[in-house]
Amino acid sequence: MAQSDARLRVKKEAGVTHVEFVDRNILDEANIQQIGEEISGLIDAEPAPKLVISFSNVDHLSSAALGALITIHNKMKARQGQLRLANIDPQIYEVFVITKLNRLFEIHETTDRAVQSFR
Amino acid sequence: MSAGDRQPATEADVLIRHDPEDIRCAERELLDAVNKAHYSEASSFAIRLALEEALYNAFRHGHRNLPEEPVRLNWRVRPDEVRITVEDRGPGFNPDAVPDPTDAERLELPHGRGVMLMRAYMAEVHYNDRGNRVTLVYRKPDAAEQ
Repeated sequence: MAQSDARLRVKKEAGVTHVEFVDRNILDEANIQQIGEEISGLIDAEPAPKLVISFSNVDHLSSAALGALITIHNKMKARQGQLRLANIDPQIYEVFVITKLNRLFEIHETTDRAVQSFR
Repeated sequence: MSAGDRQPATEADVLIRHDPEDIRCAERELLDAVNKAHYSEASSFAIRLALEEALYNAFRHGHRNLPEEPVRLNWRVRPDEVRITVEDRGPGFNPDAVPDPTDAERLELPHGRGVMLMRAYMAEVHYNDRGNRVTLVYRKPDAAEQ
């Protein structure tokens, strides 16, 4: 059943956790909650995690999804982790600009550039 | 006319339950009408975002203590304008009292951006006095602006 399926594709490469969304539209409340829980589990799995979240499959999102991303950001900060967002569609990037969240998140054009930015 | 030839409605007045399928279905019907009226992809994105924010606020905040109650969605698509009204049965709120979520000290709070996004993407956003009904107006930009 779709509700119980993972909402993320996850791979680990050279100490970096890469996350991609399965859904094109991350608006649905139930999906958002599940996405938050899945990423939270990844953050808890290691000290000082390095995480890249790719939006390459995403064509829509909502303020609730932004809220989930902020919760992830705050959790990463508490764990001394490094979070990067990448591959954000221009329309969605505009939502980050309007809400000024482009100042809170470190956003890169590609996942490669995001990986290169880790300290 | 067969079902496959059916034209999308240009207006609707429906009750929606707090159910993902109900919400998706209502959203799809409105967006079909928007696309049929030749709005751009950017317009469709804006309308969809504002509708989602209005419905989220209605169910999440307006119906916090009324989980079984439906929300009323009314919309009308015209060639140059889309008008959407979302009404919940909750006590309402004062939209002018919602703090600016872009203030530096509020930037890391995970909530409070819905009203701002509706205002950013819509030409007009009006609440009734009680604050339980929001009307969203989107105007199709001139072709040169799109």
